[in-house]
Amino acid sequence: MLLKRLILSLKSKRDGGSYWSPLFSKKFLEVLDAYLMLLPFFIIFGIFAVYSFFYAFYISFHKFNLLSSPEFVGLSNYVKLFKDPEYTGYAIPNTLKYTITVVSIQTFLSLVLAFILDQNIKFRSFFRTLYYLPSVTSSVVISLIFIWLFSRVGAINSILGLNIDWLNNPKTALWTISTVNIWSTTGTMILIFLAGLQDIPVSVYESASIDGANRWDIFWKITLPLLKPVILFVVVMGTIGCFQVFDQIYLMTRGGPLNSTLTMAYYVYDKAFGRGLEPQMGLASAAAFILGIVIFIFTLIQRRLLEGRE
Amino acid sequence: MRKFWRFIFYFFLILWGIIAATPFWISLVYSLMPKEAIFNMPPKLFPNPFTLDNYKTVLFAFKDYFPKWLMNSFILSIFVAIFRTLFCAMGGYAFARLNFPLKNAIFSVILFSMMIPGQVFIVPNYIILSKLRLVNQLPGVVLPSLVTVFGIFFMRQFFKSIPKELEESAFIDGANRWQILFKIVLPVSIPGLSALALLNFQGTWNEFMWPLIVLQTPEKFTLPLGLSWFKNEYYSLYSYVLAGSIFNALPIVILFFLFQRYIMKSIAFTGIMG
Repeated sequence: MLLKRLILSLKSKRDGGSYWSPLFSKKFLEVLDAYLMLLPFFIIFGIFAVYSFFYAFYISFHKFNLLSSPEFVGLSNYVKLFKDPEYTGYAIPNTLKYTITVVSIQTFLSLVLAFILDQNIKFRSFFRTLYYLPSVTSSVVISLIFIWLFSRVGAINSILGLNIDWLNNPKTALWTISTVNIWSTTGTMILIFLAGLQDIPVSVYESASIDGANRWDIFWKITLPLLKPVILFVVVMGTIGCFQVFDQIYLMTRGGPLNSTLTMAYYVYDKAFGRGLEPQMGLASAAAFILGIVIFIFTLIQRRLLEGRE
Repeated sequence: MRKFWRFIFYFFLILWGIIAATPFWISLVYSLMPKEAIFNMPPKLFPNPFTLDNYKTVLFAFKDYFPKWLMNSFILSIFVAIFRTLFCAMGGYAFARLNFPLKNAIFSVILFSMMIPGQVFIVPNYIILSKLRLVNQLPGVVLPSLVTVFGIFFMRQFFKSIPKELEESAFIDGANRWQILFKIVLPVSIPGLSALALLNFQGTWNEFMWPLIVLQTPEKFTLPLGLSWFKNEYYSLYSYVLAGSIFNALPIVILFFLFQRYIMKSIAFTGIMG
Protein backbone atom coordinates (compact mmCIF):
# COMPACT_ATOMS: atom_id res chain seq x y z
CA MET A 1 0.00 0.00 0.00
CA LEU A 2 2.71 2.37 1.09
CA LEU A 3 4.89 1.34 -1.81
CA LYS A 4 2.05 1.93 -4.21
CA ARG A 5 1.64 5.43 -2.89
CA LEU A 6 5.34 6.03 -3.14
CA ILE A 7 5.27 4.97 -6.79
CA LEU A 8 2.27 7.17 -7.32
CA SER A 9 4.01 10.09 -5.74
CA LEU A 10 7.07 9.56 -7.90
CA LYS A 11 4.81 9.43 -10.92
CA SER A 12 3.23 12.66 -9.83
CA LYS A 13 6.66 14.17 -9.54
CA ARG A 14 7.34 13.36 -13.17
CA ASP A 15 4.06 14.80 -14.23
CA GLY A 16 4.58 18.06 -12.48
CA GLY A 17 2.76 17.41 -9.26
CA SER A 18 -0.80 18.15 -10.24
CA TYR A 19 -1.25 14.61 -11.55
CA TRP A 20 -3.34 13.25 -8.72
CA SER A 21 -4.47 16.36 -6.96
CA PRO A 22 -7.96 15.98 -8.44
CA LEU A 23 -8.07 12.50 -6.86
CA PHE A 24 -6.96 13.54 -3.39
CA SER A 25 -7.45 16.66 -1.39
CA LYS A 26 -4.47 18.97 -0.91
CA LYS A 27 -4.50 18.30 2.77
CA PHE A 28 -4.31 14.55 2.27
CA LEU A 29 -1.39 14.97 -0.10
CA GLU A 30 0.44 17.06 2.46
CA VAL A 31 -0.03 14.40 5.14
CA LEU A 32 1.07 11.68 2.77
CA ASP A 33 4.19 13.59 1.73
CA ALA A 34 5.04 14.32 5.35
CA TYR A 35 4.80 10.67 6.36
CA LEU A 36 6.79 9.57 3.33
CA MET A 37 9.53 12.08 4.13
CA LEU A 38 9.58 10.79 7.66
CA LEU A 39 9.48 7.12 6.64
CA PRO A 40 13.22 6.38 7.14
CA PHE A 41 13.03 8.12 10.49
CA PHE A 42 9.94 6.18 11.59
CA ILE A 43 11.55 2.84 10.73
CA ILE A 44 14.92 3.50 12.38
CA PHE A 45 13.61 5.46 15.35
CA GLY A 46 10.72 3.03 15.85
CA ILE A 47 13.01 0.02 16.06
CA PHE A 48 16.23 1.36 17.58
CA ALA A 49 14.83 3.98 19.97
CA VAL A 50 11.17 3.42 20.83
CA TYR A 51 11.01 -0.37 20.77
CA SER A 52 14.58 -0.53 22.08
CA PHE A 53 13.70 1.67 25.06
CA PHE A 54 10.83 -0.55 26.18
CA TYR A 55 12.87 -3.66 25.45
CA ALA A 56 15.67 -2.33 27.70
CA PHE A 57 13.11 -1.70 30.42
CA TYR A 58 11.78 -5.26 29.99
CA ILE A 59 15.25 -6.78 30.11
CA SER A 60 16.09 -4.89 33.30
CA PHE A 61 13.48 -7.05 35.11
CA HIS A 62 14.84 -10.29 33.70
CA LYS A 63 17.84 -12.51 34.03
CA PHE A 64 19.25 -12.80 30.54
CA ASN A 65 22.59 -14.13 29.30
CA LEU A 66 21.79 -14.05 25.54
CA LEU A 67 21.88 -17.86 25.33
CA SER A 68 18.87 -19.04 27.31
CA SER A 69 15.58 -17.17 27.18
CA PRO A 70 14.98 -14.26 29.60
CA GLU A 71 13.76 -15.28 33.05
CA PHE A 72 11.59 -12.85 35.03
CA VAL A 73 13.24 -11.85 38.32
CA GLY A 74 11.30 -8.75 39.34
CA LEU A 75 13.34 -5.97 40.90
CA SER A 76 16.26 -8.20 41.82
CA ASN A 77 18.60 -6.70 39.20
CA TYR A 78 18.14 -3.29 40.79
CA VAL A 79 18.59 -4.75 44.28
CA LYS A 80 21.69 -6.61 43.14
CA LEU A 81 23.07 -3.46 41.59
CA PHE A 82 22.87 -1.47 44.81
CA LYS A 83 24.27 -4.39 46.80
CA ASP A 84 27.22 -4.78 44.45
CA PRO A 85 30.27 -3.28 46.21
CA GLU A 86 31.82 -2.69 42.77
CA TYR A 87 28.90 -0.39 41.95
CA THR A 88 28.34 1.43 45.23
CA GLY A 89 31.96 1.33 46.41
CA TYR A 90 33.69 2.17 43.12
CA ALA A 91 31.49 3.02 40.12
CA ILE A 92 29.38 5.70 41.85
CA PRO A 93 32.11 7.43 43.91
CA ASN A 94 34.57 7.29 41.00
CA THR A 95 32.03 8.85 38.64
CA LEU A 96 31.31 11.61 41.17
CA LYS A 97 35.01 12.30 41.82
CA TYR A 98 35.74 12.34 38.12
CA THR A 99 32.78 14.57 37.27
CA ILE A 100 33.45 17.13 39.99
CA THR A 101 37.15 17.36 39.10
CA VAL A 102 36.72 17.63 35.36
CA VAL A 103 33.70 19.95 35.37
CA SER A 104 35.09 22.42 37.89
CA ILE A 105 38.53 22.68 36.31
CA GLN A 106 37.41 22.77 32.68
CA THR A 107 34.73 25.39 33.43
CA PHE A 108 37.21 27.62 35.24
CA LEU A 109 39.93 27.25 32.59
CA SER A 110 37.62 27.77 29.65
CA LEU A 111 35.96 30.79 31.23
CA VAL A 112 39.30 32.48 31.86
CA LEU A 113 40.66 31.67 28.40
CA ALA A 114 37.45 32.75 26.66
CA PHE A 115 37.49 36.02 28.61
CA ILE A 116 41.05 36.66 27.49
CA LEU A 117 40.23 35.73 23.89
CA ASP A 118 37.32 38.18 23.96
CA GLN A 119 39.73 41.06 24.61
CA ASN A 120 41.37 42.90 21.77
CA ILE A 121 43.67 40.00 20.91
CA LYS A 122 45.77 39.55 17.79
CA PHE A 123 45.56 36.14 16.07
CA ARG A 124 42.30 35.37 17.87
CA SER A 125 41.07 32.91 15.24
CA PHE A 126 44.45 31.17 15.26
CA PHE A 127 44.25 30.56 19.00
CA ARG A 128 40.62 29.51 18.73
CA THR A 129 41.45 26.94 16.10
CA LEU A 130 44.42 25.66 18.04
CA TYR A 131 42.34 25.23 21.20
CA TYR A 132 39.62 23.42 19.36
CA LEU A 133 41.99 20.87 17.80
CA PRO A 134 41.76 18.34 20.67
CA SER A 135 37.96 18.42 20.45
CA VAL A 136 37.81 17.25 16.84
CA THR A 137 40.31 14.43 17.36
CA SER A 138 38.92 11.00 18.13
CA SER A 139 38.94 9.74 21.70
CA VAL A 140 40.97 6.77 20.51
CA VAL A 141 43.82 8.85 19.11
CA ILE A 142 43.86 11.05 22.21
CA SER A 143 43.87 8.04 24.53
CA LEU A 144 46.61 6.27 22.57
CA ILE A 145 48.79 9.39 22.60
CA PHE A 146 48.36 9.90 26.33
CA ILE A 147 48.92 6.24 27.22
CA TRP A 148 52.32 6.69 25.62
CA LEU A 149 53.00 10.11 27.19
CA PHE A 150 51.96 8.90 30.66
CA SER A 151 53.77 5.55 30.55
CA ARG A 152 56.54 4.92 33.06
CA VAL A 153 59.26 5.69 30.52
CA GLY A 154 57.21 8.32 28.73
CA ALA A 155 57.54 12.04 28.12
CA ILE A 156 55.59 13.26 31.18
CA ASN A 157 57.83 11.45 33.66
CA SER A 158 60.88 12.52 31.72
CA ILE A 159 59.88 16.20 31.83
CA LEU A 160 58.80 16.14 35.48
CA GLY A 161 61.74 13.97 36.56
CA LEU A 162 59.37 11.43 38.14
CA ASN A 163 59.00 7.69 37.90
CA ILE A 164 55.27 7.09 38.32
CA ASP A 165 53.25 4.49 36.42
CA TRP A 166 50.35 6.95 36.09
CA LEU A 167 47.74 4.67 34.56
CA ASN A 168 48.67 1.50 36.45
CA ASN A 169 48.67 3.03 39.91
CA PRO A 170 45.30 3.03 41.72
CA LYS A 171 46.19 6.35 43.35
CA THR A 172 46.89 8.22 40.12
CA ALA A 173 44.87 6.49 37.35
CA LEU A 174 41.58 8.38 37.77
CA TRP A 175 43.34 11.75 38.06
CA THR A 176 45.33 10.99 34.94
CA ILE A 177 42.19 10.24 32.93
CA SER A 178 40.58 13.39 34.37
CA THR A 179 43.56 15.44 33.21
CA VAL A 180 43.35 14.01 29.70
CA ASN A 181 39.66 14.82 29.45
CA ILE A 182 40.07 18.34 30.79
CA TRP A 183 42.71 18.80 28.11
CA SER A 184 40.43 17.48 25.36
CA THR A 185 37.12 19.21 26.20
CA THR A 186 38.25 22.66 27.36
CA GLY A 187 38.37 23.82 23.72
CA THR A 188 34.67 23.18 23.17
CA MET A 189 33.76 25.03 26.34
CA ILE A 190 35.93 27.99 25.30
CA LEU A 191 33.91 28.29 22.10
CA ILE A 192 30.61 28.22 23.98
CA PHE A 193 31.82 30.87 26.45
CA LEU A 194 33.18 32.98 23.62
CA ALA A 195 29.77 32.91 21.89
CA GLY A 196 28.18 33.95 25.20
CA LEU A 197 30.69 36.75 25.73
CA GLN A 198 30.15 38.11 22.26
CA ASP A 199 26.42 38.30 22.98
CA ILE A 200 27.09 40.92 25.65
CA PRO A 201 26.58 44.31 23.98
CA VAL A 202 29.67 46.54 23.74
CA SER A 203 27.60 49.46 25.08
CA VAL A 204 27.43 47.76 28.47
CA TYR A 205 31.22 47.80 28.72
CA GLU A 206 31.46 51.32 27.37
CA SER A 207 29.10 52.81 29.92
CA ALA A 208 30.92 50.94 32.67
CA SER A 209 34.31 52.31 31.67
CA ILE A 210 32.89 55.82 31.39
CA ASP A 211 31.75 55.37 34.98
CA GLY A 212 35.37 54.66 35.84
CA ALA A 213 35.28 50.92 36.35
CA ASN A 214 38.58 49.12 35.80
CA ARG A 215 39.07 45.78 34.06
CA TRP A 216 38.83 43.85 37.30
CA ASP A 217 35.54 45.51 38.31
CA ILE A 218 34.12 44.98 34.85
CA PHE A 219 34.94 41.26 34.96
CA TRP A 220 33.48 40.65 38.43
CA LYS A 221 30.53 43.02 38.38
CA ILE A 222 29.42 42.97 34.77
CA THR A 223 30.77 40.09 32.70
CA LEU A 224 30.34 37.36 35.27
CA PRO A 225 26.72 38.13 36.28
CA LEU A 226 25.68 38.52 32.64
CA LEU A 227 27.40 35.25 31.81
CA LYS A 228 25.77 33.29 34.63
CA PRO A 229 23.27 31.38 32.44
CA VAL A 230 26.09 30.31 30.08
CA ILE A 231 28.22 29.19 33.03
CA LEU A 232 25.39 27.09 34.39
CA PHE A 233 24.82 25.68 30.94
CA VAL A 234 28.48 24.68 30.54
CA VAL A 235 28.46 23.08 33.98
CA VAL A 236 25.37 21.00 33.24
CA MET A 237 26.59 20.00 29.78
CA GLY A 238 29.97 19.03 31.20
CA THR A 239 28.29 17.00 33.93
CA ILE A 240 26.16 15.07 31.44
CA GLY A 241 29.25 14.32 29.37
CA CYS A 242 31.28 13.20 32.37
CA PHE A 243 28.61 10.82 33.63
CA GLN A 244 28.78 9.06 30.27
CA VAL A 245 32.57 8.74 30.07
CA PHE A 246 33.41 5.42 28.45
CA ASP A 247 35.93 5.55 25.60
CA GLN A 248 38.86 6.86 27.62
CA ILE A 249 38.18 4.41 30.45
CA TYR A 250 38.01 1.43 28.11
CA LEU A 251 41.08 2.50 26.18
CA MET A 252 43.36 3.57 29.02
CA THR A 253 42.53 1.36 32.01
CA ARG A 254 39.42 -0.81 31.46
CA GLY A 255 38.21 0.24 34.89
CA GLY A 256 41.44 -0.85 36.60
CA PRO A 257 43.77 -0.96 38.43
CA LEU A 258 41.77 -2.40 41.35
CA ASN A 259 38.51 -0.78 40.10
CA SER A 260 40.04 2.65 40.67
CA THR A 261 38.71 3.96 37.34
CA LEU A 262 35.47 1.94 37.17
CA THR A 263 32.67 4.38 36.27
CA MET A 264 28.89 4.02 35.99
CA ALA A 265 28.95 3.99 32.19
CA TYR A 266 31.83 1.51 32.03
CA TYR A 267 29.99 -0.74 34.48
CA VAL A 268 27.10 -1.06 31.99
CA TYR A 269 29.46 -2.16 29.24
CA ASP A 270 31.41 -4.45 31.53
CA LYS A 271 28.35 -6.38 32.73
CA ALA A 272 26.94 -6.78 29.21
CA PHE A 273 30.02 -7.22 27.03
CA GLY A 274 33.03 -7.51 29.33
CA ARG A 275 35.47 -10.27 28.59
CA GLY A 276 35.53 -13.59 30.39
CA LEU A 277 32.17 -13.10 32.09
CA GLU A 278 28.77 -14.50 31.36
CA PRO A 279 26.81 -11.57 29.88
CA GLN A 280 24.44 -10.13 32.49
CA MET A 281 22.13 -8.19 30.20
CA GLY A 282 19.49 -7.67 32.90
CA LEU A 283 21.94 -6.20 35.39
CA ALA A 284 23.54 -4.06 32.67
CA SER A 285 20.14 -2.70 31.64
CA ALA A 286 19.26 -1.89 35.23
CA ALA A 287 22.57 -0.01 35.58
CA ALA A 288 21.88 1.77 32.28
CA PHE A 289 18.48 2.90 33.55
CA ILE A 290 19.93 4.25 36.78
CA LEU A 291 22.50 6.18 34.74
CA GLY A 292 19.69 7.29 32.44
CA ILE A 293 17.64 8.68 35.31
CA VAL A 294 20.59 10.67 36.66
CA ILE A 295 21.35 12.14 33.24
CA PHE A 296 17.66 12.75 32.56
CA ILE A 297 17.46 14.92 35.69
CA PHE A 298 20.48 16.95 34.60
CA THR A 299 19.05 17.36 31.10
CA LEU A 300 15.80 18.67 32.55
CA ILE A 301 17.80 21.26 34.49
CA GLN A 302 19.61 22.14 31.28
CA ARG A 303 16.30 22.59 29.40
CA ARG A 304 15.11 24.91 32.15
CA LEU A 305 18.28 26.97 31.85
CA LEU A 306 17.90 27.22 28.09
CA GLU A 307 14.32 28.38 28.40
CA GLY A 308 15.47 30.99 30.88
CA ARG A 309 18.06 32.14 28.37
CA GLU A 310 15.75 32.57 25.40
CA MET B 1 49.18 48.71 33.79
CA ARG B 2 47.67 48.08 30.36
CA LYS B 3 50.91 46.63 29.12
CA PHE B 4 51.13 44.39 32.17
CA TRP B 5 47.68 42.92 31.48
CA ARG B 6 48.45 42.44 27.80
CA PHE B 7 51.56 40.51 28.77
CA ILE B 8 49.60 38.33 31.20
CA PHE B 9 46.87 37.69 28.62
CA TYR B 10 49.27 36.62 25.86
CA PHE B 11 51.25 34.55 28.31
CA PHE B 12 48.20 32.44 29.20
CA LEU B 13 46.99 32.22 25.59
CA ILE B 14 50.36 30.96 24.41
CA LEU B 15 50.72 28.63 27.38
CA TRP B 16 47.40 26.91 26.66
CA GLY B 17 48.26 26.88 22.96
CA ILE B 18 51.44 24.96 23.78
CA ILE B 19 49.56 22.59 26.08
CA ALA B 20 46.93 21.94 23.41
CA ALA B 21 49.36 21.41 20.53
CA THR B 22 52.38 19.66 22.06
CA PRO B 23 50.91 16.16 22.45
CA PHE B 24 50.00 16.16 18.75
CA TRP B 25 53.36 17.56 17.70
CA ILE B 26 55.37 15.05 19.74
CA SER B 27 53.28 12.18 18.37
CA LEU B 28 53.92 13.38 14.84
CA VAL B 29 57.66 13.70 15.54
CA TYR B 30 57.99 10.21 17.00
CA SER B 31 55.91 8.67 14.22
CA LEU B 32 58.61 10.01 11.87
CA MET B 33 61.46 8.39 13.84
CA PRO B 34 62.68 4.75 13.82
CA LYS B 35 60.53 2.43 15.91
CA GLU B 36 63.41 1.72 18.32
CA ALA B 37 63.45 5.41 19.29
CA ILE B 38 59.90 5.48 20.63
CA PHE B 39 61.01 5.82 24.26
CA ASN B 40 64.10 7.97 23.63
CA MET B 41 63.56 10.66 26.24
CA PRO B 42 63.61 13.60 26.97
CA PRO B 43 61.04 14.26 24.24
CA LYS B 44 62.43 15.39 20.88
CA LEU B 45 60.91 18.39 19.18
CA PHE B 46 62.05 17.39 15.70
CA PRO B 47 62.39 13.95 14.11
CA ASN B 48 66.03 12.96 14.31
CA PRO B 49 66.84 10.58 12.69
CA PHE B 50 64.03 11.14 10.23
CA THR B 51 62.32 8.20 8.53
CA LEU B 52 59.04 7.35 6.82
CA ASP B 53 59.40 3.65 7.68
CA ASN B 54 56.52 3.54 10.16
CA TYR B 55 54.09 4.90 7.59
CA LYS B 56 55.37 2.51 4.91
CA THR B 57 55.06 -0.43 7.29
CA VAL B 58 51.60 0.54 8.43
CA LEU B 59 50.32 0.92 4.86
CA PHE B 60 52.09 -2.00 3.22
CA ALA B 61 53.30 -4.59 5.72
CA PHE B 62 50.07 -4.94 7.72
CA LYS B 63 47.96 -5.27 4.60
CA ASP B 64 45.13 -7.05 6.38
CA TYR B 65 44.92 -4.40 9.04
CA PHE B 66 45.49 -0.70 8.49
CA PRO B 67 44.47 -0.30 4.82
CA LYS B 68 41.38 -2.38 5.48
CA TRP B 69 40.45 -0.39 8.60
CA LEU B 70 41.01 2.87 6.75
CA MET B 71 38.77 1.62 3.95
CA ASN B 72 36.03 0.47 6.36
CA SER B 73 36.10 3.81 8.14
CA PHE B 74 35.93 5.74 4.86
CA ILE B 75 33.05 3.69 3.49
CA LEU B 76 30.98 4.00 6.65
CA SER B 77 31.69 7.70 7.22
CA ILE B 78 30.93 8.72 3.64
CA PHE B 79 27.80 6.57 3.60
CA VAL B 80 26.60 8.21 6.81
CA ALA B 81 27.58 11.71 5.65
CA ILE B 82 25.38 11.26 2.57
CA PHE B 83 22.41 9.19 3.70
CA ARG B 84 21.97 10.31 7.27
CA THR B 85 22.14 13.92 6.13
CA LEU B 86 19.58 13.24 3.39
CA PHE B 87 17.12 11.40 5.64
CA CYS B 88 17.48 14.01 8.36
CA ALA B 89 16.85 16.76 5.82
CA MET B 90 13.67 14.99 4.65
CA GLY B 91 12.41 14.53 8.19
CA GLY B 92 13.47 18.02 9.22
CA TYR B 93 11.59 19.51 6.28
CA ALA B 94 8.40 17.66 7.21
CA PHE B 95 8.63 19.04 10.74
CA ALA B 96 9.51 22.55 9.59
CA ARG B 97 6.92 23.05 6.87
CA LEU B 98 4.24 20.38 6.66
CA ASN B 99 1.22 19.71 8.84
CA PHE B 100 0.27 16.17 9.68
CA PRO B 101 -1.64 14.36 12.42
CA LEU B 102 0.36 13.58 15.58
CA LYS B 103 3.06 16.09 14.61
CA ASN B 104 3.33 17.58 18.08
CA ALA B 105 3.10 14.21 19.80
CA ILE B 106 5.92 12.81 17.64
CA PHE B 107 7.98 15.92 18.25
CA SER B 108 7.55 15.53 22.01
CA VAL B 109 8.77 11.94 21.75
CA ILE B 110 11.82 13.23 19.85
CA LEU B 111 12.56 15.82 22.52
CA PHE B 112 12.12 13.19 25.22
CA SER B 113 14.43 10.73 23.48
CA MET B 114 17.18 13.35 23.32
CA MET B 115 17.35 13.29 27.11
CA ILE B 116 18.11 9.58 27.32
CA PRO B 117 21.80 8.66 27.24
CA GLY B 118 23.12 6.19 24.67
CA GLN B 119 24.03 3.60 27.29
CA VAL B 120 20.34 2.71 27.75
CA PHE B 121 20.15 1.54 24.14
CA ILE B 122 23.35 -0.48 23.76
CA VAL B 123 22.03 -3.74 25.24
CA PRO B 124 18.65 -3.87 23.45
CA ASN B 125 20.11 -2.63 20.15
CA TYR B 126 22.82 -5.28 20.28
CA ILE B 127 20.14 -7.96 20.77
CA ILE B 128 18.05 -6.53 17.92
CA LEU B 129 21.12 -6.51 15.64
CA SER B 130 21.94 -10.09 16.55
CA LYS B 131 18.39 -11.10 15.57
CA LEU B 132 18.86 -9.27 12.26
CA ARG B 133 22.19 -11.16 11.85
CA LEU B 134 24.04 -7.86 11.62
CA VAL B 135 26.51 -8.41 14.47
CA ASN B 136 30.08 -8.23 13.15
CA GLN B 137 28.77 -6.66 9.93
CA LEU B 138 29.60 -3.11 8.83
CA PRO B 139 25.93 -2.19 8.16
CA GLY B 140 25.22 -3.01 11.80
CA VAL B 141 27.49 -0.14 12.85
CA VAL B 142 25.47 2.51 11.02
CA LEU B 143 21.93 1.11 10.87
CA PRO B 144 20.68 2.14 14.35
CA SER B 145 21.83 5.72 13.78
CA LEU B 146 20.94 6.03 10.09
CA VAL B 147 18.51 8.80 11.05
CA THR B 148 19.17 10.75 14.23
CA VAL B 149 16.88 12.99 16.22
CA PHE B 150 19.69 15.49 16.48
CA GLY B 151 19.95 15.70 12.68
CA ILE B 152 16.20 16.10 12.26
CA PHE B 153 16.17 18.82 14.88
CA PHE B 154 19.19 20.53 13.32
CA MET B 155 17.68 20.58 9.82
CA ARG B 156 14.28 21.66 11.12
CA GLN B 157 15.86 24.69 12.76
CA PHE B 158 17.78 25.45 9.61
CA PHE B 159 14.74 25.21 7.31
CA LYS B 160 12.76 27.43 9.65
CA SER B 161 15.32 30.18 9.10
CA ILE B 162 14.67 30.18 5.32
CA PRO B 163 11.91 32.54 4.12
CA LYS B 164 8.73 30.70 3.10
CA GLU B 165 8.04 32.87 0.06
CA LEU B 166 10.53 30.95 -2.09
CA GLU B 167 8.54 27.77 -1.71
CA GLU B 168 5.11 29.33 -1.88
CA SER B 169 5.55 30.71 -5.37
CA ALA B 170 6.77 27.33 -6.63
CA PHE B 171 3.83 25.65 -4.93
CA ILE B 172 1.41 27.96 -6.71
CA ASP B 173 3.16 27.08 -9.98
CA GLY B 174 2.12 23.48 -9.38
CA ALA B 175 5.32 21.91 -8.05
CA ASN B 176 4.80 19.14 -5.48
CA ARG B 177 6.53 19.06 -2.12
CA TRP B 178 9.28 16.67 -3.19
CA GLN B 179 10.19 18.94 -6.07
CA ILE B 180 10.13 21.92 -3.75
CA LEU B 181 12.36 20.12 -1.26
CA PHE B 182 14.90 18.83 -3.76
CA LYS B 183 14.94 21.65 -6.31
CA ILE B 184 14.37 24.74 -4.19
CA VAL B 185 14.94 24.16 -0.49
CA LEU B 186 17.98 21.84 -0.50
CA PRO B 187 20.03 23.94 -2.96
CA VAL B 188 19.69 27.03 -0.76
CA SER B 189 20.42 24.94 2.35
CA ILE B 190 23.96 23.95 1.33
CA PRO B 191 25.55 25.59 4.41
CA GLY B 192 23.27 23.69 6.80
CA LEU B 193 23.58 20.45 4.86
CA SER B 194 27.39 20.68 4.73
CA ALA B 195 27.61 21.40 8.44
CA LEU B 196 25.44 18.40 9.26
CA ALA B 197 27.24 16.19 6.73
CA LEU B 198 30.56 17.17 8.32
CA LEU B 199 29.31 16.46 11.83
CA ASN B 200 27.97 13.11 10.59
CA PHE B 201 31.26 12.25 8.90
CA GLN B 202 33.28 13.25 11.93
CA GLY B 203 30.98 11.39 14.32
CA THR B 204 31.23 8.14 12.38
CA TRP B 205 34.94 8.51 11.68
CA ASN B 206 35.71 8.98 15.38
CA GLU B 207 33.05 6.72 16.89
CA PHE B 208 34.30 4.05 19.25
CA MET B 209 31.77 2.50 21.64
CA TRP B 210 29.16 1.21 19.22
CA PRO B 211 31.64 -0.26 16.66
CA LEU B 212 33.43 -1.87 19.62
CA ILE B 213 30.22 -3.68 20.57
CA VAL B 214 29.13 -4.62 17.05
CA LEU B 215 32.42 -5.58 15.35
CA GLN B 216 34.38 -8.58 16.54
CA THR B 217 37.00 -9.69 14.03
CA PRO B 218 39.97 -7.51 12.98
CA GLU B 219 39.19 -7.49 9.25
CA LYS B 220 35.83 -5.81 9.98
CA PHE B 221 37.23 -3.12 12.29
CA THR B 222 37.05 0.61 11.71
CA LEU B 223 40.29 2.57 12.10
CA PRO B 224 39.75 3.70 15.75
CA LEU B 225 38.81 0.16 16.76
CA GLY B 226 41.73 -1.30 14.82
CA LEU B 227 44.18 1.10 16.44
CA SER B 228 42.98 0.16 19.90
CA TRP B 229 43.19 -3.55 19.07
CA PHE B 230 46.63 -3.18 17.47
CA LYS B 231 47.96 -1.42 20.56
CA ASN B 232 46.90 -4.36 22.73
CA GLU B 233 48.35 -6.98 20.39
CA TYR B 234 51.66 -5.27 19.60
CA TYR B 235 52.44 -2.92 22.45
CA SER B 236 56.14 -2.79 21.57
CA LEU B 237 55.34 -1.37 18.13
CA TYR B 238 54.04 1.93 19.44
CA SER B 239 55.52 3.90 16.52
CA TYR B 240 53.08 2.12 14.24
CA VAL B 241 50.24 3.00 16.60
CA LEU B 242 51.25 6.66 16.37
CA ALA B 243 51.58 6.54 12.58
CA GLY B 244 48.14 4.91 12.37
CA SER B 245 46.75 7.55 14.69
CA ILE B 246 47.93 10.26 12.31
CA PHE B 247 45.83 8.62 9.58
CA ASN B 248 42.85 8.85 11.92
CA ALA B 249 43.41 12.44 12.99
CA LEU B 250 44.54 13.99 9.71
CA PRO B 251 41.36 13.84 7.57
CA ILE B 252 39.33 15.45 10.34
CA VAL B 253 41.90 18.17 10.94
CA ILE B 254 41.98 18.94 7.19
CA LEU B 255 38.18 19.01 6.93
CA PHE B 256 38.08 21.15 10.02
CA PHE B 257 40.45 23.72 8.54
CA LEU B 258 38.66 23.79 5.20
CA PHE B 259 35.19 24.23 6.65
CA GLN B 260 36.11 26.09 9.80
CA ARG B 261 33.44 28.69 9.47
CA TYR B 262 30.59 26.20 9.09
CA ILE B 263 31.87 24.10 11.95
CA MET B 264 32.35 26.96 14.38
CA LYS B 265 28.76 28.03 13.82
CA SER B 266 27.40 24.55 14.20
CA ILE B 267 29.38 24.01 17.40
CA ALA B 268 27.74 26.99 18.99
CA PHE B 269 24.49 25.46 17.80
CA THR B 270 25.36 21.94 18.95
CA GLY B 271 26.49 23.36 22.26
CA ILE B 272 23.16 25.02 22.71
CA MET B 273 21.39 21.83 21.69
CA GLY B 274 23.37 19.78 24.16
